[in-house]
Amino acid sequence: MIEIRFHGRGGQGAVTAAEILAKAAFKDGKYAQAFPFFGVERRGAPVMAFTRIDDEPIRIRYQVYNPNYVLVLDDGLTHVVDVFSGLKDNGKIIVNTDEDFKNGGDTEVYEIDATKIALDTLGINIVNTIILGYFAKKTGEVSIESIIEVIKEVFPGKIGEKNATATMKAYEMA
Amino acid sequence: MTKEVMTANKAVAEAARLVKPKVIPVFPITPQTSISEYLAQYVADGDIDAKYVKVESEHSAISAAVGASGAGVRVFTATSSQGLMLMHEIIFAAAGMRVPIVMANANRAISAPLSIWNDQQDSIAQRDAGWLQTYVEDAQDALDSTLMAYKISENDDVLLPSMVCLDGFILTHTVEPVDIPNQEDVNKFLPSYNPKHSFLDPKEPMTLGALADPGYYFEARHAIEIGMEKSIDVIKKTCKEFEEIFGRKYDLVENYKCDDAEIVLVAMGSVCSTIKAVIDELREEGEKIGLLKIRVYRPFPVDEINDAIKNCKKLSILDKNITFGIGGALYSDIKAKINKETYGFIIGLGGRDITPDTIKEVYEKTKNPEKDVTWVGLKKEDD
Amino acid sequence: MVSTGCVIKDPGNSKKNKTGSWRTFKPVLDKEKCIGCDKCVMFCPDAAINKDHDINYDYCKGCGICSAECPVKAIEMIKE
Repeated sequence: MIEIRFHGRGGQGAVTAAEILAKAAFKDGKYAQAFPFFGVERRGAPVMAFTRIDDEPIRIRYQVYNPNYVLVLDDGLTHVVDVFSGLKDNGKIIVNTDEDFKNGGDTEVYEIDATKIALDTLGINIVNTIILGYFAKKTGEVSIESIIEVIKEVFPGKIGEKNATATMKAYEMA
Repeated sequence: MTKEVMTANKAVAEAARLVKPKVIPVFPITPQTSISEYLAQYVADGDIDAKYVKVESEHSAISAAVGASGAGVRVFTATSSQGLMLMHEIIFAAAGMRVPIVMANANRAISAPLSIWNDQQDSIAQRDAGWLQTYVEDAQDALDSTLMAYKISENDDVLLPSMVCLDGFILTHTVEPVDIPNQEDVNKFLPSYNPKHSFLDPKEPMTLGALADPGYYFEARHAIEIGMEKSIDVIKKTCKEFEEIFGRKYDLVENYKCDDAEIVLVAMGSVCSTIKAVIDELREEGEKIGLLKIRVYRPFPVDEINDAIKNCKKLSILDKNITFGIGGALYSDIKAKINKETYGFIIGLGGRDITPDTIKEVYEKTKNPEKDVTWVGLKKEDD
Repeated sequence: MVSTGCVIKDPGNSKKNKTGSWRTFKPVLDKEKCIGCDKCVMFCPDAAINKDHDINYDYCKGCGICSAECPVKAIEMIKE
């Protein structure tokens, strides 16, 4: 089983990203589960969401404490919460940032300027789908085809098309 | 049949769509809200031919449900926590009037202190109302139990309302794969509701909810007891019919590796999934441990419990509720009805996360018991 | 440990929760353009703008309502 933790802010779509990833993994023929950190959602407040992916049906139902991957939608969060908390030894972290992201140990850190892609393509700083494109390429845990398919299902019409384009950009950049 | 990734709330709404209710009076409350939103959408889109009643409170929601069901149509509603508390008065009336309402309850803690997070105190507090109560383990169970609840409640031998209880957030807000049955199969399983004891017909006027003096009340309450007793067989039969059409097996209880277990954990709802994973892990280390899942809590399946636990030495009961001074409600029911060395554990109140360590602590404390009832997961004094 | 009845005995403790860290975009006021209409003061959901139109960045969540409401476009939202 692999476990993924998303860090975002209320309104940035971390919960939707976790659900899109679960739905895409299911399309790939795997079992998946996604859920938010059960809090009171407020725009801007630090939020977390989780996805579990496995070849077997997933039974466990508690929060993810030791993720294989951490996806950070907003680098400002790294000053507010410990995004490395509980990350597995060989775990990887993907951060949306336009800076060199400093980390304490030898954890593999990937940086992507998803905000730039979002502003260029969508005209708004929402990076939740974009970071999934990058995740798909860097980790191979989910197919980009399924991610794109689910994005178009979740956001029908033009918004879906634009999100798909932005997500493909991130995939190709990775 | 299609398979989709969805929350248990969506699964419940899908079930409500498939049973074709005529009236849906519902008031939104976290973590039930998305059920009421999906249903509003379905009605607006014409996917359900029903009257969606936008009531001003939960007391009105259940009152409208009783009225509509008394008028002879199929009704669905849903609530949670404080909403269920506000319904309390009419919850009893619904059972007494023998209206086969089905209601989903997203299990959430009770104030004060205010909490939106999961435990099962809300529906447990209604256990004596005369409703049937099912505690579901996952989103699929939520959908299937809602379908079955109508068939059971509407049975002439039962005619009691049903509450389908799903753990708030842990199920209501978690997406996972769910099979959505097709309409033809559901129609075959659950024909349209044909009321026999209460319906609105000007040619055949009747009074519902009248006063009963001491010459009648006692028998009326006893009749509920008989309905509750008879529902056991109706539930079993319904589960069999469900399995024949949809292929998924359900029962009043689920025996998970109890037959050779020395210690059997007894629990309800979503925590059973995590317990099963822990049992598999402990069994690999040679521990003789099993789980008895109480899926149907009312009627209380005494014979089924006795049958499943006959070989074990000790029982540990996990309760997400507290009857102060006694222990959990399930613990006290089991102590009353089952003759076995039994220990009670209070877990997960107000959304305290239940991890494998919680379950292992319960197991260890049952092996080496110190007291009858233990709260597992409390913070230390200096935390 | 929790107090009896979860009573909170130090009122005003929401001040301890500096929500400025939630911000992605920061409102910056051009006082040259400002006509002193006080709309931003009234609309700010966090009371983070005082009568002198100083923005308190300890609590401003960067919601942008002030910028949207300003009739002379004197408040610009700038990425942190």
